[in-house]
Amino acid sequence: MSTLALPHATGALRKARGRDWSGIGLTVVTGLAAFLVVAMVAVIMGNIVLFGWRTVTWEFLTQNPRQGMTAGGIFPAIFGTTALVILMVVALIPFGVGAAIYLHEYARPDTWFTRAVRFSVANLAGVPSIVYGLFGLGFFIQFVGRGIDRLAGLDVVWGQPALLWAALTLALLNLPVVIVTAEEALRTVPRETREASLALGATRWQTIRHVLLPQAMPGILTGAILSVSRGAGEVAPIMFTGAAYFLPYLPTRPTDQFMELGYHVFVLSTQSPNVDATKPLLYGTVLVLLGLTFALNLTAILLRTRLRARLAGRS
Amino acid sequence: MSATSGTAAPAPLRHVGVGDSARRRTQRVREAAIRVALLACAFGAVAGLLLILIFVFREAMPVLTDPQTQKEASLRAFFATPIWQPVGAVPKYGITPLLVGTLKVVLVAMVFAVPVAVLAAVFASEFASARLREALKPVIEILAGIPSVVLGFFALIVMATWLQAATGSVSRLNALNAGLALGLAMIPTIFSVSEDALRAVPRSYREASLALGASRWQTAWNVTLPAAGAGVSAGILLGLARAVGETMIVLMASGNAALISGSVLDSVRTLSASIAAELAEVVFGSPHYATLFFLGALLFTTTFIINVCAGLFVERLRKRLAGA
Repeated sequence: MSTLALPHATGALRKARGRDWSGIGLTVVTGLAAFLVVAMVAVIMGNIVLFGWRTVTWEFLTQNPRQGMTAGGIFPAIFGTTALVILMVVALIPFGVGAAIYLHEYARPDTWFTRAVRFSVANLAGVPSIVYGLFGLGFFIQFVGRGIDRLAGLDVVWGQPALLWAALTLALLNLPVVIVTAEEALRTVPRETREASLALGATRWQTIRHVLLPQAMPGILTGAILSVSRGAGEVAPIMFTGAAYFLPYLPTRPTDQFMELGYHVFVLSTQSPNVDATKPLLYGTVLVLLGLTFALNLTAILLRTRLRARLAGRS
Repeated sequence: MSATSGTAAPAPLRHVGVGDSARRRTQRVREAAIRVALLACAFGAVAGLLLILIFVFREAMPVLTDPQTQKEASLRAFFATPIWQPVGAVPKYGITPLLVGTLKVVLVAMVFAVPVAVLAAVFASEFASARLREALKPVIEILAGIPSVVLGFFALIVMATWLQAATGSVSRLNALNAGLALGLAMIPTIFSVSEDALRAVPRSYREASLALGASRWQTAWNVTLPAAGAGVSAGILLGLARAVGETMIVLMASGNAALISGSVLDSVRTLSASIAAELAEVVFGSPHYATLFFLGALLFTTTFIINVCAGLFVERLRKRLAGA
């Protein structure tokens, strides 16, 4: 609270009591806590930028790892991450936006079905990422993949870790993000807009398709970008569903394994035979991953701020 | 948008011929089909949660039902030995060290993150000027945006060295190191939820307290914070759920030795890190495989319960503030 309702009265009281030392202490302690958070973020970011910026060159971004990953670049990891998040978004956005449209435009809020959907969305967001990894292995690879192989009479083609399964696992992990942001975006479209469209004789779907969706697009984009940023950084769900330590080729089919930036950070920092030799590469990879996620997050935040401003301007 | 407004759409004001009514029928069919498709999307969220439940528990079931698996891994075997040694001539599946390890790391994280995040939230909502508050928010967003593998990397490469120099611990990677890094991951959650709750406390509460002669600080500590208590609790619970399930940070920063000890300077192995470290090499369908899924089911259940409790707290706060 920035302005006090009764400044004179409290001022007079405080003067009468002398200075309130325990109160000043509270301000100092809480301020220190806030400062501590800022300082820790500054130390982490500063350390990574300081030791990482020299490594990130054009060669680093465009070359393959060499000499047992103690030299060379990270191009396959960048390529794999890109392929992964593109597949994820393609699978995720129609589903997530569809669910949000249903929740906001069709569903009555008090039915058991609507409540079940909202409960699921809230709790999907809280499932640990490693459990998503287990699920991806148990469901997509062992159940769906092996099932396809058995039905098609194939040897092991689908029933093994692959780009497709990792992308689908991440899509489920990010489903709540997309549903929540898309619904928030639909909420910013004024009621009158819908009524005007319906009054002109448009059907409900025509209204959604041609009036609501274009207006809600920034919000939907925000959700998509946030999910990409989160998807690019999550490692636990893809460890068993498709990511590989090292691959001499780039993934070209959905059943291929792939290298990924976050997983590459994990591999370089824990499995390296020569820690000192890999350290510059490691810092460089971390900086690229951080740069990617922050660029995405910043875009999402700017889009969201614009959206919120529109919402505030309306009410 | 109310459910009735769609049916209230008036017919177009023009002559309706035979061709038109056929077209209208196809249109109505199309509308119905789209509605069903959207409903299916919404059902996808429910299906996702159910499938996670079914498939994680299905793979864990042999631990409870299959006699062949139970020779090595059963509920009794989990507590019969205090040793976790799943790979070896005689595999031992004692999960006590993993439970102790998880508890230790989470405790360190809570002791560090809860005071820092809650106090920082009090500062942001009660004492900071508007400009300072607006400067603090992006910093928290940055912290929230750091992938956990990067926090794990920082704890492993940088922080562990500093902490070892400061504490003189024998093992470089230990519960303290992992717990502090885990705390960093919890702070944004606790801060954001707490700050929202504090700012949702009505002005009238503060004004009443100030009018009674309380100082701004007494008001913050004795009125605003307790009024937002349910929301702050929800934030702490959400942070706790994240800490229990978080994997990459503890996998990289804790040292992963399955010891039972009370010291935070000893290396620990957590439930989540065991799954992450061992699942890649495990034989499909083996007792070890079923045991790791059992640990996953345990994590799922624990975080699920914590999250549902957090939801109840949020609900209570909303009701209380709505009633005010």
